[in-house]
Amino acid sequence: MCGIVGLFAKTLSIEAELGAHLATMLAALAERGPDSAGFAVYAPGDAATMKFTLRQPDGGDPEDLLARLGIPDSSIRRCGSHVVLSVPASQHGPARAALGAVAPETAVVGCGMRMELYKEVGLPADVADRFGLPTMRGTHGIGHTRMATESAVTTAGAHPFSTGPDQCLVHNGSLSNHNALRRDLRRRGYGFATENDTEVAAVYLTARMREGLSLGDALRGSLRDLDGFYTFVVGTGTGFAVLRDPIACKPAVMAETDDFVAFGTEYRALAGLPGIEAARVWEPEPATVYAWEHGRPA
Amino acid sequence: MTPEIVDLAHTSLRDLNAALHALTHDTNRTAWRVLNPGGRHAIAAGLTAPVTVEIMGHAGYYGAGMNKAATVIVHGNAGTGVAENMMSGRVHVHGDASQSAGASAHGGLLLIEGNAAARCGISLKGADIVVKGSVGHLSAFMAQAGTLTVLGDAGESLGDSIYEAHIYVRGRVAGLGADCIEKPMRDAHRAELFAKLTAAGTAGQVDVGEFRRYGSARTLYQFHVDHAAAY
Repeated sequence: MCGIVGLFAKTLSIEAELGAHLATMLAALAERGPDSAGFAVYAPGDAATMKFTLRQPDGGDPEDLLARLGIPDSSIRRCGSHVVLSVPASQHGPARAALGAVAPETAVVGCGMRMELYKEVGLPADVADRFGLPTMRGTHGIGHTRMATESAVTTAGAHPFSTGPDQCLVHNGSLSNHNALRRDLRRRGYGFATENDTEVAAVYLTARMREGLSLGDALRGSLRDLDGFYTFVVGTGTGFAVLRDPIACKPAVMAETDDFVAFGTEYRALAGLPGIEAARVWEPEPATVYAWEHGRPA
Repeated sequence: MTPEIVDLAHTSLRDLNAALHALTHDTNRTAWRVLNPGGRHAIAAGLTAPVTVEIMGHAGYYGAGMNKAATVIVHGNAGTGVAENMMSGRVHVHGDASQSAGASAHGGLLLIEGNAAARCGISLKGADIVVKGSVGHLSAFMAQAGTLTVLGDAGESLGDSIYEAHIYVRGRVAGLGADCIEKPMRDAHRAELFAKLTAAGTAGQVDVGEFRRYGSARTLYQFHVDHAAAY
């Protein structure tokens, strides 16, 4: 089970309503994933600012965290149970180091110049509302509703998984060689926050892209290196990509109009999108990478 | 006849299907039109009366599943398992069909104007499937009886572990599955194919001579024709 969605805006009007559409898409897939939900929204960023989406322990005080980190010219704002820390891009490394050193109890959910990433246990519509997704704007976004199989029902085990700036992954399926792959990636210096199989796929893609592969080539490599069944949607600063395993174990449907490109595990997720009646609707081929990029620079 | 209209934006799927299930064989309420299907699952599943149901948009999983006697027309795409376990009647998809179209169908005709994804006609048990586009991998997997006719191409592992279903493909076959082989087209097969194309309304548009036939090599399922009398 599980449900995944993605929405890529081609027009400013869809950008303005991106969060509302994404929330509707997630809610439509609640039956496929009632345990937890999460989403990443990409908005036009500021190349001088790096945003960390963080999850503090219950009762954590964002202003206290900001003061303890001591990063110059930084700010913090609360969004539901998460907080978004903004630091100058030059302070990305020091901020990450400070988070590990002075606030190890705070989980880094994601970071990037454009991406904010929220996830929590609960029904998808409730999770979307708690973070105010329906009022968010963005150029593209991806989301996930989880029916847990490979690891526990926890916020940390919810998708999306982010392992690099402005990179995140949602996954429908389960991987069978994730333990071996995790050991291999650990040996190469990559860290893991959970025992979740999807996190391994996310780290794998990040590692391959750090080696210089494009997102598309990294995904094509996963056809060889990942064993199991999966439909992936990967978000980056400029767009998203879709890949299904070679036997297409998990369902997927896509739609495109002049206004948007949308992905859903099922058509039900797409049924509320404007102009969907006239959209080109198709099922992505197995073992084939589909990618959309915004032409304008991040 | 003016169809009875059911708008799923206002009527529940359960109420629609209950109304369709309540129809008797001699009903005179024989024309139905479903608006705003929205990809809902199991629309018009389990029908047993000779009525016609038009679904005006995309249907979700298992649309027209277990159909008996009815005609169900999808004016859009169909999700996973359209017409699965159909017993008789006719299901006509104007768009594409997702995976496992016509799975385990025992009888009737499933006609798909567009493409069908993977595992079309998996475990087919006697129905006829005609796909005007192409079919995905593992189509007719373990198909026991009936026919799968594809006007376009077929994906990998066509007819894997097939029993006695007949496969006709006009286009390219990416690969045959275990125990599936190409077989000669004899007059009886040309006649059978022509009958299926006629039922699908495409006779005269395509030439039966353009098709190749595929079926079981009968080495896998332990059946030897010399032992036929024993069964």
